[in-house]
Amino acid sequence: MELNFNGTDICAVNGTRSAPEARYDLVVVGAGPSGIAAAIEGAKAGQSVLLVDENPVSGWLMGNDTPLYFGGRMTAATQNSDRMLEVIFMSMPELETAMEAGVELLLGTTAWGVYRNGPGVQSLPEQVVGLADSTRSWLVGFTKIVLATGARDLAIAFPGWNQPGVMGAAALTMLLTRYDAFAGRRVLILGSHDLALETALLALDKGLDVAGLVEVRDAPQGSAALVDKLAAAGVSIRCGQSIKATKSGLEGVEGATLTDGTEIACDTICVAIGLVPSIELVDAMHGPRTLNANRGGYIPAGEPNVVTVGDCAGLADTGFDHVAYRMDWVRAALKTNAPDTIICQCEEVTLADLIGVQPPHYLDRPAAIQARSLNTLLKDGPANPDQIKRLTRSGMGVCQGRRCRDQVAMLLAIESDKPFGTIPLASHRAPVRPLPLKILAEWEEPAAMDAAWDVWFGIPTQWVPVEDIGTPYEDAHREMLYTGMYK
Amino acid sequence: MSGSEVVIVGGGVTGLSAGWWLARSGVKVTVLDKFIVGWEASGRNGGGASHYSSPLFDEEQRLWPQMDELLGYPTEHQKGRILIAMTERQWEQYRFIAERHTRLNHPVELLDVKQVQEAVPLAGDNCFGGVHYKFGGHANPQRTVQAYAWALQDLGGKIVQHSPVTGFETAGGKVTAVKTANATYGCDAVVVAAGPQTPQLMAQLGVDVPLAAARAEMIITEPAPMMPLGGVDGHKIYGRQTLRGNLAYGGGPHEWLDVDATGPAARPSTPLARNLAKRVAELLPKAAHLNVIRSWAGVIENSPDGRPIIDRLTSPDNVVVASMSSVGFGLSPASGHAIRDLVIDGACSFTNIDLLKLSRFDGLEKDWREKRGWMPIA
Repeated sequence: MELNFNGTDICAVNGTRSAPEARYDLVVVGAGPSGIAAAIEGAKAGQSVLLVDENPVSGWLMGNDTPLYFGGRMTAATQNSDRMLEVIFMSMPELETAMEAGVELLLGTTAWGVYRNGPGVQSLPEQVVGLADSTRSWLVGFTKIVLATGARDLAIAFPGWNQPGVMGAAALTMLLTRYDAFAGRRVLILGSHDLALETALLALDKGLDVAGLVEVRDAPQGSAALVDKLAAAGVSIRCGQSIKATKSGLEGVEGATLTDGTEIACDTICVAIGLVPSIELVDAMHGPRTLNANRGGYIPAGEPNVVTVGDCAGLADTGFDHVAYRMDWVRAALKTNAPDTIICQCEEVTLADLIGVQPPHYLDRPAAIQARSLNTLLKDGPANPDQIKRLTRSGMGVCQGRRCRDQVAMLLAIESDKPFGTIPLASHRAPVRPLPLKILAEWEEPAAMDAAWDVWFGIPTQWVPVEDIGTPYEDAHREMLYTGMYK
Repeated sequence: MSGSEVVIVGGGVTGLSAGWWLARSGVKVTVLDKFIVGWEASGRNGGGASHYSSPLFDEEQRLWPQMDELLGYPTEHQKGRILIAMTERQWEQYRFIAERHTRLNHPVELLDVKQVQEAVPLAGDNCFGGVHYKFGGHANPQRTVQAYAWALQDLGGKIVQHSPVTGFETAGGKVTAVKTANATYGCDAVVVAAGPQTPQLMAQLGVDVPLAAARAEMIITEPAPMMPLGGVDGHKIYGRQTLRGNLAYGGGPHEWLDVDATGPAARPSTPLARNLAKRVAELLPKAAHLNVIRSWAGVIENSPDGRPIIDRLTSPDNVVVASMSSVGFGLSPASGHAIRDLVIDGACSFTNIDLLKLSRFDGLEKDWREKRGWMPIA
């Protein structure tokens, strides 16, 4: 069989990709105060500006703690997306200001990936951001992108943390201030630095009962003024404590038992231990980032055309070491958590299976694998969360690791007796929000894409059965499967 | 050769399988990897194990059903595949392939639309038919790679990660040691199975290995209800339903790259995820509502004819070179066996692998990549 090569691989990606549907001088992701300010500034400077915000997110996403740790404590009103759209819009008067300044606004629209040429890829026609709403996905080109994606809740495991009613401070704040859709009444708050104190004060302001604050360290961690304000409201901070057990019923959490045995009735346990800058888009696009313990964890290093603002760029540095604080909570939890405490809720990975590096329960565990553990794996090299993911499935589920990635990294640091900063960040991957196949699909793709499409590399000689080489079947095989290839 | 020392350059699925086979024969094995075992294409592929075009096919088919037991660790191997045709042209092509299998005594069955829907609950009535391979199958690449690594260690083999090979020491027409930045490993024989980095390493031994690397991509969904048979693809995509239920699929156009000695600079995925999503939603319409939760890319090397290179050099004569040319995962049980045979006996004991000799590229034009259009985008 003679192959005629003409310098073109028609199965290569070159020239097959679609152009973006629209282009803007500036795309801003996230319509919080920082995002709105950046959008208005751009519009006032005469730029074409698109501002997108994923809120209101669907009830299904909320139920999977995406993008925040909602813990199932949203009201049924969140299922009504038209109503929520109105509520969200009305909750931010600045949105109207932005629109008056000429900003194009899309609510209920997720940015699920940012793509550009760089190491390992040169085939993109231009830099684009992938957007999606409840009906479809599309690509938008940009000259500059501002990521104002905020910060997400840090979750930590304790017995019963997988029950409805255990949620994060950012999710509670979101439900109280923008959705007006919080379903709880009496909240126990974990943590006592400013995040926890402010969350408690907000809850009181919204007429909720605050059952108290729980602090793992020996003294309150936040500003004295906020501590005094809470004390004046009659809310106590129980120091040197963590949660050893929870009580739950049909509706989820009903109470918590602290390490000293104190029992506290509550329908919500709000984890206000820390916020993690939402750098999913930056990390998934291989953007540079650094670990900054005072600013909440990994933060973008910054680039001229990919700018981060607000909490996404890092929490305000008040001199508080967030990483050390979280590690104290996880160390305390390790003393009280049973081996069968779930760490990864999606994949039901227990603490024992994570540290034992054991496979999921639908697989056999022969003696050889039971003898394996993190300790044996560490003899081969430092702990890598992505390797642990592959073996245990922790972080592989539908919440995309939002609930467990931070605590898995902390547990790996503690168990391997290394500083937190030596544990690599588990990779983020696009789409950075779960997106249905039918929404993600490019239904109207360029003809060039389909023309170039092959199941594999399109090399005519690769799949000819060895028995057929040099027989008439060889040409027949090529004619049937690879006509047009390399012509 | 029992008791002799073999150094394997590359802890991908091919190098690890070779190491495991050699350790089973009493050889002292050290596998050197630039990062973590199975981190490149070996841990990023579709898991398919049905390579009927290869001289290693019979051995692949013989070994896979035994691998969990032989290794002592789970690989998630599942037998059988169903290819679904979504266009008239695909149906014509798949029937052609089915006919070839029948002639080669590989058991296959043609399925009409109703039979496809019975066998594949997530399929729809939008297909033209299907072909059920009663052979072949698929496994979990990431779990399998680690299974080889652990099984090798259980036999006394060593795995040294985070140690890119920087060069070789030679004497008397043999490689006597393999060097990394921190150590030198003395050896009686060497296996170079370093994927896209193979040409740069072999050039240090004065041997030209023609390979070009490209990036390919996959997507995965949240778990779907379990289908009776997970190895369902067709429609010009490849993939499987994992034992957890996730649908993992790849295919489509690739991008040729240059890689340096330490590997690809990055493995970014691209909006090709949307084109993959379209085809998965067409192939399995009852899964179209399922969420895609990740995409990823891998870098894979190909030889000029797309067939593997497994060969023992004449000079230095204690070096075996192996590149599986983008079909390495499924063939790994058999490729490791062949490499073991070449290292120990100088010839493959179970099949004729002359087709995979490096010498078939003697006289290959210098601009073979340019001629094929296998060049990075400038």
